[in-house]
Amino acid sequence: MKQHICTSINGEITEFLCDSSATLLQVLRDNLQLTGTKEGCGSGDCGACSVMFNDRLVCSCLVLAVEAQNSRIDTIEGMATGDKLHPLQQSFLEHAALQCGICTPGFLVAAKALLDTNPSPTETEVRFWIAGNLCRCTGYDSIVRAILDAAEKMRHAETGVAP
Amino acid sequence: MSHSNGKALRSVGTRPVRPDGIDKVTGRAVFSADFNLPDALSGAVLRSPFAHARILRMDTSKALALPGVKAVVTAGDLPTISDEQAQINDQPPDFRDLSANILARGKVLYEGHAIAAVAAVDTESAQRALQLIDVEYEVLPHVIDVQQAMEPDAPVLHENMITRGITPAPTRPSNIASRHEQIHGDVELGFSQADITVTEEFTTQPVHQAYIEPHACMARVASDGQTEIWCSSQGQFMVRAYCARLLAMPLSQIRVIPLEIGGGFGGKTTVYLEPLAVMLARKSGRPVKMEMSRADVFRATGPASGSYISMKIGARKDGTLVAAQGILCYQAGAFAGSPVRLGCMTAFAPYDIANVKMIGYDVVVNRAKSAAYRAPGAPMASFAAESLIDMLALRLDMDPIELRIKNAAREGTRTAYGPGFREIGYLETLEAARAHPHYSAPLGKNQGRGVASGFWFNIGGQSSAAITLNEDGTVMVATGNPDIGGSRASMALMAAEVLEIDVNLVRPQIVDTSSIAYSDLTGGSRVTFAVGMAVTQAATQLVAELKQRAAKLWDVPDGQVSWRDGCAIAIVDGSDECLSLAALAAQAGKTGGPVAAHVSLNAQGAGPGFGTHICDVEVDSDTGRVTVLRYTAVQDVGRAVHPSYVEGQLQGGAAQGIGWALNEAYLYDDNGALLNPGFLDYRIPVASDLPMIDTVLVEVPNPRHPFGVRGVGEVPIIPPLGAVANAVSRATAARHVDLPMSPPAVLKTMQRAARRRR
Amino acid sequence: MHYHAPTELAEVAALLASAKGQGRVMAGGTDLLARFASGMPRPDMLVDIKQVTELMVIEQHDNGSFTVGAGVSGAVIGEHAALCRVWPGVTEAMELIGSVQIQGRASLGGNLCNASPAADSVPALITAGAHCRILGGQGERQVPVADVIQSPGKTCLASDEFIVSFYLPPRPARSADAYLRLIPRSEMDIAVAGAAVNVTLDNEGVVVAASVALGAVSAVPFAVPGAAELLMGSRMEDDLMAQFKTVVSSSCRPINDKRGTIDYRNHVAGVLAVRAARIAGERAAWKEKA
Repeated sequence: MKQHICTSINGEITEFLCDSSATLLQVLRDNLQLTGTKEGCGSGDCGACSVMFNDRLVCSCLVLAVEAQNSRIDTIEGMATGDKLHPLQQSFLEHAALQCGICTPGFLVAAKALLDTNPSPTETEVRFWIAGNLCRCTGYDSIVRAILDAAEKMRHAETGVAP
Repeated sequence: MSHSNGKALRSVGTRPVRPDGIDKVTGRAVFSADFNLPDALSGAVLRSPFAHARILRMDTSKALALPGVKAVVTAGDLPTISDEQAQINDQPPDFRDLSANILARGKVLYEGHAIAAVAAVDTESAQRALQLIDVEYEVLPHVIDVQQAMEPDAPVLHENMITRGITPAPTRPSNIASRHEQIHGDVELGFSQADITVTEEFTTQPVHQAYIEPHACMARVASDGQTEIWCSSQGQFMVRAYCARLLAMPLSQIRVIPLEIGGGFGGKTTVYLEPLAVMLARKSGRPVKMEMSRADVFRATGPASGSYISMKIGARKDGTLVAAQGILCYQAGAFAGSPVRLGCMTAFAPYDIANVKMIGYDVVVNRAKSAAYRAPGAPMASFAAESLIDMLALRLDMDPIELRIKNAAREGTRTAYGPGFREIGYLETLEAARAHPHYSAPLGKNQGRGVASGFWFNIGGQSSAAITLNEDGTVMVATGNPDIGGSRASMALMAAEVLEIDVNLVRPQIVDTSSIAYSDLTGGSRVTFAVGMAVTQAATQLVAELKQRAAKLWDVPDGQVSWRDGCAIAIVDGSDECLSLAALAAQAGKTGGPVAAHVSLNAQGAGPGFGTHICDVEVDSDTGRVTVLRYTAVQDVGRAVHPSYVEGQLQGGAAQGIGWALNEAYLYDDNGALLNPGFLDYRIPVASDLPMIDTVLVEVPNPRHPFGVRGVGEVPIIPPLGAVANAVSRATAARHVDLPMSPPAVLKTMQRAARRRR
Repeated sequence: MHYHAPTELAEVAALLASAKGQGRVMAGGTDLLARFASGMPRPDMLVDIKQVTELMVIEQHDNGSFTVGAGVSGAVIGEHAALCRVWPGVTEAMELIGSVQIQGRASLGGNLCNASPAADSVPALITAGAHCRILGGQGERQVPVADVIQSPGKTCLASDEFIVSFYLPPRPARSADAYLRLIPRSEMDIAVAGAAVNVTLDNEGVVVAASVALGAVSAVPFAVPGAAELLMGSRMEDDLMAQFKTVVSSSCRPINDKRGTIDYRNHVAGVLAVRAARIAGERAAWKEKA
């Protein structure tokens, strides 16, 4: 029997029906057509399906959709504000921090979670934070630089001082 | 045809935001699994649990009877491919093998080998249907290891496999598909002149391309046979050609719509699911979507070959290399076709050696059929060769870069595989590496520094580009090659360069197989070079046409009009006149209609690429665990069209090579079943494993490309295996000859060396 | 599969007892869902315990002891400053499990009940002398963590029992613990071997209490009292630690598998135990100064 779930996704109250065995990832992609969240492994090892679940960074492949009842979910689709990109999105573009781009949504969601809790991470902190997000194209170099640079720009925007 | 001719470049060499960037940072980009159609069925594949078995009987009737199941296909549904149809233009693949790989015929040859496919109304029904397919197997002895597969008493995979390349031909079948020989000079004579020889045996394990996007596709077949396939691949024309040949269909009946590709690295240069989806869609009359799980990807799609290599080099006391020889045995997987020949060709290509003899064996084993992986065949051979060069440097007490400089191939050097080099930049990479601060930085305890070089041919190939001028003066650039790592940006930059306009006025597009002429697939480091050449020529034609249109409007001879800053200019009746792209576009109706140019060519003159990498490691002497401390990749890139994406190729290739060197490997149980078909135990590097990867772009322009471009994607995966191994060997004072250098392996080699020293 | 998310402790046991077929408790689900994805049959009933308050809180008691809810995630544990200060080994062991994404969900209770020989938090909990509060149809019982895992994948819990919380006892001044594991990469791997050491020093820096436990080198994580005894009365002198390493290595009963060989695991367990002991000792001494 399908379960009726009501939850907030990117700030919108959303309802869906799902089997109790369906993962949040499956519901996001298949029921709600939010395909920005990617499936790379289905076992929590690649981070491509990263979303925020009640303000915690999680792999949506390791969350049951039924757990989402009365929860808050934020995905890559909610990261930009209207047509204004989040500074991390802009930074990824400027640093060429993506080649194929399949891992990019997961990295962006993970990086935002980092900067929300630690606005001035070191390179080492960035590397360990994103260790659960696999990228096979870039060697991580440009991703790490993009996150560090976005952090700096966001700090300056906060204080109103130009970098 | 050089556009550089002294004029400063305005677009080429800049770093604009890529045209497809916004879609990829917002989640809007449509990758293969993101594409849906209403009413689509869900396809699933039944795979062999055995490494080697005869299929005695298969009954799909119960599966077909399950409610919700709409179609089942087995090998019997695939057309038989005749010997004449086995290849296209005498090139691999062999379509009889490819057909048998897509659905096993009579025998399964590896764990994960597809034997049947079903389509059902949802994934659960499809999965349940697979369980209802009744298969009776006769399990056969299997062989995983390449050396064991070459033994006379090894289980034989293909009863009709007679080794090619041996005269007289063997009378008995074996797992050795072919023997390849490459002789340059007289190797016996060469070794007789050597003061010092170094000999060693090396092994490397198969490694997966490990793109993050699993294979997926959607197919739809109309009742008249018209077929559409939506998928990500390294070539929509490859998918069309392969499906047509496998399913005996005319090319005109198939349209392949390329979706964004989530990494390929060579692994998406063939088909697995697409023909199955077409057959299921045809049988069911409904669209069929198929997706591989990550475990399917590891079990059934192409790794790079594992290898066993025995190699020897000889040198004079002053370090001059006089001879090299090698025996290379590469695992092809379940069907013939490892890149061993390319290994033989590339191993010693960086060096000017008078006498080289290489023998390669292509060997089948009970593993998934190997597929291309970035510089196919080169990294493992280079690992062996560059390790020997390092051992020689240690024996001679010479600096390893000096030794390489002394023997470096230059313009005019005849390669061991045949042709002579023209303009190449190998020496420049060595000199840049030697001058880099990294090379002279101090090292601490348990640390070591390794150097290695690599060579890749780079290729051109058949390519098409269409440029159309929109009514408002903006420009569309259409090509038929998937953008794996930023090639849209490069195409736009080259078109903008020729048109002398802002790159943002150019919109590049990757179009389907019905919208442009044929193009070879994206691979071999060919797109920026060869497709870029088509784009450049098309843009040049567009400029010529626009000058004619302006001449018509001004009523002056064509030759009086020139092109500058995106405008036609001329002196008309004594005054300077100018017509912008927008003005010409707006008046196109008056001057002959829409303005467009299409170029299809077979690009020649690809410039070979060379790279030299420096790697520092620290080895935990108690556990054997290796940490990469610092890494620098130097490469001759000809001309960097978009330097950020060129640097990205170097960094990504280096990271993949580091993974190959340190931790990536397939692990099997005694029955030949894969134990690590996931990212948990197939250990690709994570961000915290790596340091920043410094890059140095050496630019020795390729004169046979309008902007001097050389391919850059393959070279950077070649040197890391040797660079890391040489660094670990120097840090531990013990030579590491087996990859991966996992902690237990490194510790064992260190302990063995310590016992020997005692 | 029926899914329930009760809010009261009593409901959990009742639900488990009522399950037709197999019932399973889910906390973070990071092991469970990964196994479902790999084709493991799903239980008939899944009881999600994350809405039950008692399972989701960390409490510090006046005597210095802690109660950590079985469903508390690694991320929440890592953010609890007092717990991290008093039990650096337990908390670092928990935080080593998986990525940040996994940390957002994985729990001490799940790590223990998954009953993997390589569970990172378990050796540290054993050396800490932690107890589990277990609730079930027959009532409540306290079981030392060391006694919970019986064999790979199997615990001492009855089908209607679940872990409510972990109790970490009060500890004397100059006490500290440490956990180290070996993995091939720097993150994301399962331990090839793991070692936890908990020590208390006297004013002179001499070890007056010690415990040692190992993971991934036997069918279940286990304590090595012989190794701990060696540390007693010592200042971890080099020659003693060489002996300590030998005792640790010889106590291992590992298997050859895809993650390591017997020889390598025996060797590395000794190396890690020595290093963990020294870190624990330094931490305890540093606390002395602080």
